[in-house]
Amino acid sequence: MSKVRIMTGNSAAAAAVMLCDVQVVAAYPITPQSQLAEMMSQYIESGELKAEYVRVEGEHTALTVCISASTVGARVFTATSANGLLYMHEQLHWAAGARLPIVMCCVNRGVGAPWTIFNDQQDSLSQRDTGWIQLYCRNNQEIHDTLLQAYRIAESVYVPVMVCYDGFVLSHTMMPVELAEQEAVREYLPPYKPHTILTPDDPRCLNPVLFPNRRADSEGVLRDGYMEMRYKLEAALEDALEAITEASDAFAKRFGRDHGGLVWDYRTEDAELYLVAMGSLASEATLAADALRARGIRAGVTGIRAFRPFPKEAVRKSLSKAKAAVVFEKSISYGNEGALCTEIKGALFGTEIRPAIYNYIAGLGGRDVKSRELEAAAAECWTDLEAGRREKKTTWLNCITG
Amino acid sequence: MYEIIWHGRGGQGVVIAAQMLAEAAYMGGFKGVTSAPTFGPERRGAPVTASTRIAEEPIRTFSQLEKADITVVLDDTLFQVADIWGRSKPGGMVIINTAKPPDQFPHPEGIRTALVDGASIALKNHLIREGAPVVNTPMLGAFAKATGLVSLENLEKALGDKLSPEAVRRNFATVTEAYQETTVVTG
Repeated sequence: MSKVRIMTGNSAAAAAVMLCDVQVVAAYPITPQSQLAEMMSQYIESGELKAEYVRVEGEHTALTVCISASTVGARVFTATSANGLLYMHEQLHWAAGARLPIVMCCVNRGVGAPWTIFNDQQDSLSQRDTGWIQLYCRNNQEIHDTLLQAYRIAESVYVPVMVCYDGFVLSHTMMPVELAEQEAVREYLPPYKPHTILTPDDPRCLNPVLFPNRRADSEGVLRDGYMEMRYKLEAALEDALEAITEASDAFAKRFGRDHGGLVWDYRTEDAELYLVAMGSLASEATLAADALRARGIRAGVTGIRAFRPFPKEAVRKSLSKAKAAVVFEKSISYGNEGALCTEIKGALFGTEIRPAIYNYIAGLGGRDVKSRELEAAAAECWTDLEAGRREKKTTWLNCITG
Repeated sequence: MYEIIWHGRGGQGVVIAAQMLAEAAYMGGFKGVTSAPTFGPERRGAPVTASTRIAEEPIRTFSQLEKADITVVLDDTLFQVADIWGRSKPGGMVIINTAKPPDQFPHPEGIRTALVDGASIALKNHLIREGAPVVNTPMLGAFAKATGLVSLENLEKALGDKLSPEAVRRNFATVTEAYQETTVVTG
């Protein structure tokens, strides 16, 4: 019998990590991730989880510990938020470059200055180019299930995975979560096989300085240069599109829950107006779509689950019949627009799919976002489209501007 | 969907009460339940709120609750500092822990009240924590009586998920007594 518990997003995450038989956890507490770090240390201290919790003085070291442990063959976990993630930045690149299948939770929080402890997605979005896979969750069930999938994805393509979920909005809100069963998880997630075994019996120098061009090693074998290594990381991210889909499909088959692999659709069968979002904002958008349909506007939602690798083909398929797409996001690429909006435009450029694309920045620093606000914004865009206004300046939702 | 706001003071256990209500409602067959604290730092004694949503279908909104169908007030002095009536929907119900008579709570038309002296019930049952009566669990009993949305049986199970058998017995005694003592004010 499956167990349903009423639990917070942080508890749902901790329960999943425990089921994945992780061997090393290193995390430094930061709001709103703190409960997750605390629960992992309790599980380990009580012996419920046979793993080592390495106490560290900060996030840079937390990830360094995970890198080292993963290198010698351990399945590892860490979690952080906001400035903690930014402090890891250098090691984020290292983990991806070293091709280590580390899984981390980013409990999304706005970054300082000025300080905020509240939710937006500026933290993980600003780590876009570190080579990590980024998956965004829309409720606590999805957090639990995505973590189980994350290890399968990471260990199949040897790329680290960041499982992102909204701080407080999900991390501290309780809702029903069906916990996976241990035996089923072990079947779904085979033991981690490191790509390189580093032991005292077989000493190696990993990730040394590489020269611009390919070079023969001491045995005369021509080895990759830096650029070939970087190409292989990019190729792995491209392969991850398939790995994410496979992990999601296999999960649905084994556990009966399907959150969509790369992208999910809501009421898009005959939709003309699309609301596009990631995380809890996308869940809120489904209510806005319902309300728009009640007003006679055929609205649907494209929910983005994978932001890296960016699922261009899946986005094209989802938006293939769109007349307008309104992209709502909880971060901004300063000096331009929301990063998701740029990606959506990029995915459609040069194709026959040419909806008008509108962009809204919403919910920064925990500002509450109501479905009726999304509904009103999308309805306004629909009016704009009908009046021939296909381009608009990025709008800051529910914010004093100008 | 029923939207419930819990008003209390830091330390009175509004967050736990909001959780236990969600659990009892889920056990009672509501597929959608959420409970959340008011996000951010909290201080002992300061006015705090928590919320519960209860629905037939899974809940897709996680935005903060503006107005309540049902309001539970753990401390009647909060009427002086929080806009409790203003955050109650027309047709809503406000359940108050108080020793005062109903005429001390003049309420806007269309909002009903239910009263119970939860603190006295807790004291009578020796349910005291850090020198103060435990009022969150009696108010769960008052909620069950005033709304009929959760059963006593499921509230007992929800207590069992959080507390030792002995603590469940003592808390549930106050739940049932508060259930019996709660009066819904008509008119």
